[in-house]
Parts: sequence; structure tokens; C-alpha cells
Amino acid sequence: MPVYLDNAATTKPCDEAILALNRCLTTIYGNPSSLHAMGLESEREISAARRHIANAIGADYSNIVFTSGATESNNLAIFGAVNANKRRGNKIITTDIEHPSVHSPINYLEECGYNVVRIRTVDGRIDEEELIDAVDEKTILVSAMLINNENGSIQPIDKIFRLLKRRYPRLITHCDAVQAFCKIPIKASALCADLISMSAHKIHGVKGIGALYIKKGVRILPMFHGGGQEGDLRPGTESVPLIAAFGEAARIGSAKIHENYAYVSELSSYAKSQLQKLDDVSLNMFEEHSPYIMNFSVKGIRSEIMLHFLEEKGIFVSSGSACAKGKKSRVLEAFGIEDRAIDSAIRISFSKYNTMQDIDELISGIKDGQNRLLRS
Amino acid sequence: MKEVILLKYGEIALKGLNKRTFEDILIRNIRRKLGEIGEFDITKAQSTIYIEPINDDTDMDAALSAMEKVFGISVVCKALSVEKDFDIISKEAVRYLSDSLSCNDTFKVETKRSDKAFPMMSMEISRRLGGIILDNFPNIKVDVHNPELTVFIEVREVAAYIYADRITGAGGIPVGSSGKALLLLSGGIDSPVAGYMMAKRGIRLSAIHFVSPPYTSMRAQEKVERLCDKMVDYCQGIEFILIHFTEIQEQIKRHCPEELFTIILRRMMMRVACKIAQEKDLLALITGESVAQVASQTLSAIACTDNVCDRPVFRPVVGMDKNEIVDISRKIDTYDISIEPYEDCCTVFTPRHPRTNPKLSYVESAEAKFDFEPLIDEAVKNAEYKFFG
Repeated sequence: MPVYLDNAATTKPCDEAILALNRCLTTIYGNPSSLHAMGLESEREISAARRHIANAIGADYSNIVFTSGATESNNLAIFGAVNANKRRGNKIITTDIEHPSVHSPINYLEECGYNVVRIRTVDGRIDEEELIDAVDEKTILVSAMLINNENGSIQPIDKIFRLLKRRYPRLITHCDAVQAFCKIPIKASALCADLISMSAHKIHGVKGIGALYIKKGVRILPMFHGGGQEGDLRPGTESVPLIAAFGEAARIGSAKIHENYAYVSELSSYAKSQLQKLDDVSLNMFEEHSPYIMNFSVKGIRSEIMLHFLEEKGIFVSSGSACAKGKKSRVLEAFGIEDRAIDSAIRISFSKYNTMQDIDELISGIKDGQNRLLRS
Repeated sequence: MKEVILLKYGEIALKGLNKRTFEDILIRNIRRKLGEIGEFDITKAQSTIYIEPINDDTDMDAALSAMEKVFGISVVCKALSVEKDFDIISKEAVRYLSDSLSCNDTFKVETKRSDKAFPMMSMEISRRLGGIILDNFPNIKVDVHNPELTVFIEVREVAAYIYADRITGAGGIPVGSSGKALLLLSGGIDSPVAGYMMAKRGIRLSAIHFVSPPYTSMRAQEKVERLCDKMVDYCQGIEFILIHFTEIQEQIKRHCPEELFTIILRRMMMRVACKIAQEKDLLALITGESVAQVASQTLSAIACTDNVCDRPVFRPVVGMDKNEIVDISRKIDTYDISIEPYEDCCTVFTPRHPRTNPKLSYVESAEAKFDFEPLIDEAVKNAEYKFFG
């Protein structure tokens, strides 16, 4: 049994999700757009899943659009919002700690001529004043994530967005909530976000499916054009098995959100205290962070080397963001973590399936690594 | 100190001796809607209903949203309930309303004091609180005539209440205070609006819908059920009655002149509806008919249809333009469901040249060519019942 501590990268699908997936692969396989009963059956699966996901964020089922994953949701949100509103202005505000699937589209838009401002963080939190000051009548989109995937920092999105929406009612607010969905309670109305991105495989669903919450009345232009599915915002035959599995994962995740949070908080506290007992280990987190994600550095040992060392012991962690594939973390740099700490940064991330024993094994593995590995 | 909801009731406050019954029905309806959201303490005093959550994590936004859809209520406010001490009231008012106070340019304070034992008079409270707000928010000014923001303070027996947002309530009178009627619910835009308008006058709805498989689809039926479910937000519980109409439609096609298909069909529907209404003691029918919108809804056509009914037929949208009906449909959130493109009974077997001004005698003699009575009884007997709400 692997000690799997890379849940921010992806999670093991839960039993309920797999059951739903299987059911839709074997018996409910009609095309949801077909007029006959088999199509209707498939459509019902989608409706049920849609409701579970909507309920999980206090929204209505009509606010949810299914996509192929969070990357697509982020792209659809950003390009969709900007393209629908480019006549009103050309300024986009974001932060310097966003995930590549937000960072990249916005970079591309900057190359296309949009005026982009990237707000910095101070002590792990987005500089609220700087952000609010940056917004003006020509700003069409603000995109900011709720929980950072590299070190778990929680951002005061509700406060910022609420103020912005009061002053600029037509401004579109987008929140990448991928690491927060079903982990901390989210209510779409309280978040004051017009667009919210979510992913299935981070909450024990299956890879290949995500969702975008779109507040009623907010207009975005689609990226795909085709047969009219998903209210014409995301045409294409819906992946009923993946959607059904996503629905189940969201249903369970939302029902147990407090229970899981309490449990993972215990794991997190324990891991923190054990890490703090080690020499030459520094924590790269700030005060407000999700218990689900921890980031620390083992002095003198490069991330990837420690990662492979632990891997040989059956312990699976991440060296910063899984998407980075060896490059220096732009995000940790933005957080002000110093270079040497970034080079040796390790991210561990929990799920309800982890145990205290997993942490004991991790700690013992790190100690072993500190003894045996040559320092750089 | 907690966030509560205040509900002011309008018309029913005028009803004198009936006030008690209306209030009881109103509170019962409120309780039912809130029961789905959480546990609340519901009290009333002087035309105001106070709703306090029992648990800290209750979804107050959902509660507020639900209360905006309860008939009988004229104003809905989210308020902060605080101790009756001026220092606390002013401190909390500044804190609770700080977002609004920093975003608006002008304001005034309006105070109502029903607890005469409270040491300050209403005007004094308004004046002093106004001063404190000016001290705390340098960018805002007082305007007693046309302020952008009004801060309301109510000092009552149990507590003081602070609020600024007065949301217009659904109006009308409590559902159930006017009796029960039967709505003919098609999947279109008009019938849900008609139902809503009668529920607004206190009528408890049952809804009857006609299906003719395979000429109409399961999707069309599910669409109507979803419409019914949506209407529950305003109309409280609705008993849904499904009638199988295939045989009657086929016999009309076989035996009646093509130009009268639609009119005779509608007469049959009314006959079934009246029988059901008789069984269930529903004293009136409700339809979404409007004059001159479609061929079957000319004055003479409506007169022909009306003729078979043994009880009043309310047609609340009869004098409205289509766009006026659509506006209401959007407001009650049935529009998006209504425009989903599934066939309903009336569009199948549509005559190519419908008779727009049929004479009643002509229609009656065309109908007489076949004995529909046993089919009507059969349809009534095989009715399926579901409850939404």
C-alpha cells in the first residue's frame, strides 16, 4: 500500500464514484441528446450529478456547466468573460500565485494587447489594497484563486470580491476554487464570484471532468461551437460516466466536508509538529493555510532527489506543483520563499484516506534521507 | 446578537377579524418553507414576523431568498438583532452596515420605537446615530429627503433591530386563505404564470396535465413536472394530476372535422378537469388563456370552451400582452423551463386551417358524432397523482 501524500495533484477515486462510473459504462450508455428513453436515462444521470455539484456550493443546477476539467473551466471562464466584455474595457487583474491554467491564458491575452496587472502577495495573502486600487472602470475581469495549490494559502476572496462587486457591478469576478471545493465550505453567493472553477479528480472523482459555475445573468462566450449541449456554452456529447462519478464524489465530499476537515486538520497538526522537531527542515506556509496542503524544505537536498528517495520507500510526495515538472516554482518565488528553500521544497497533501502512520513513515523517510543523501 | 429576518405583512393587516386566520396560514406557510432550510424561532408582533435562526451555521441567504417568495408578505429585511442599549446599537450599526455606509454618498436614519420603556425617543436615536455614522464615515452626508441609503432601527420589546436593505416581498395574500382551484398546466409560458397569479391571491393549487404517448414524449412530461416543482417556490405544495389522453385525441381525429380538432380537444380537457375538480372539491379552474394569442383563443373559441364548464374558469393573463406574461415568467424562473422544446398535447394533431370563430351549435353537433363520455370517465379513473412541495 503506497503512502500517497500527493492528493493536491490528484486523488484516488472513491468507491461511490467508481460505482457510478461503472453503472454508466455498462448499463446507462445512451447519448443524453437522444430523444428516446435510453437518452433520457443518461440525461437524468447528468441532471442528478449537476444538482449534487450545485448543492455543494449553494447554487442552482442551472448555474453549472460541465467541462473536461479545471484547465478547461479556467480557460472558458477567462476567455469567455473577456470575449463577452472586450467592448467595455481592456484591463485584467489577477495575482502572481495563480495556477498555470489561469496564468497562461492571461499571459496570452496580454500578448494580444490586454492590460494585465498581477497583484503580489504579502505574508502569503493577496495584497487587498493593491488589488482594489488596480480595478477601474476599464477592468473587465478579476481572477484570483481561493486556495493555492503549492502551499495551501487561503485567500480572502469573499471580502475582496464583495467590495469589488459593490463598486463595479459589471466587473466579472472569477475564482479558481479547485483546491477548496468540497474541502472548505463554499457558498457561491457569499464568495461574490461570477465564475467558479471546480475539478473532479481532486475530490475523489475521475480525471477528465470538471465544472464551471456561472452566476445567473453573467454572460460569457463559449470556446466550442457545436451541437448545443450545456446550454450551448460547452457543446459536445457529455461524458455521462465521468459526470455521474463527479456527482457522487461531490455529494459525498460535500456531506462529509466538516468531518473530513476535522480529520485532516489533525493529520496536518501532527505532521507540522513532527516536521518542526526535525533539524534543517523549514516550513513554507503562512498563517492561513488549508490543512490539506503543506509545503516544507529539507535544507541542502534538492526537491526531486528527496522525492525519488521517498518514492523508493513507497512514499509519494510532490516537489512543488505537479505541473512544474522540474522548473523553479514561480508561485513559491512570488510568495517570497527564498531560492534555496524553493530548490528543496516538498509539498505533501492529504486526503481522508491518509493516516497518522503515513505521517510517521514520511518523517522517518525524511530523517533517513537527511542521513544518507549527499548535500548539494 | 445575531442576524435575523424581519417580514412585514401588508394587505392581510387590513382584514380585521380575519387577520388571525390569515396570520396563522401565513406563519404555517413560512414554517413549511423554512423547515427545509434549518431550525428557526418564528415570532410575530404588530404586523411584523421575526425569524431567528437557532443554529449558527444556518443558511440565512437561502432563508431570505425563500421568504421573498412567500405570498402575504410585503417587505423582507435581513437585520441584525442586538441588545437594547444605545451604545451597542450604534457600535453594531456602524460595523454591520460598514460596506453600505462606505459605498454610498448620502444616508438618513429612521427609527421606530415600540418599546415605550426605552429611555430615548425615536428622533433622538436617529439624530445621535446619524452623528456617530458621520464621525465614522467621513465620505457620507446626511440627506433626509432622498438618501441613497436608509438605516432603519426598530426598538421592540425583546431586542433592537438594525437593517438597511428593505427587499420588496412577493405581495398577495397567504396561499391557502382563498380556497383551492385546479390549474390546467401545459408546458408553455402562460399557464405557470396564471397559476402564480392565482396563488398570489391566496389560492392553493392543484395542477392537471394531459399526456398522449407516443404522440407526446416522456421528456415533455418531465418538463412539466419540473415546472410544477419550480412553481412550489411561490405556490406552496401542488398536487399534480396526470391524465392519459391518447385515446380521446385519436377518437377526435377519427370522428370530428379537422378544423375543430383543437377546440373539441380543449372542451374535452375542460370536461375531464371539471370532473376531477368535482371529485377533489376544487371550486374553480385556472388556465393560461389569453385573447388573440393563438387560433384556439379567440373570444368565440374561449366561449365554446367555457361552455362545458360547471364552475368558474379564471384566466388571469387574459388581458396581458405576451411580453408582459414573459416578464412574469422570467421573474418566477419558469421561463427557461417553459421554452424547452418538447411537444405538448395541443400541438399534436394541429389542424391546418383551424376554425377561429366557431359557432357553439356547430361544435356541439360535431362532438355528438362520438360518445366521449365513457372515455372521459376512463381518463378520470386512471389519473395519476404526484405531490410537489
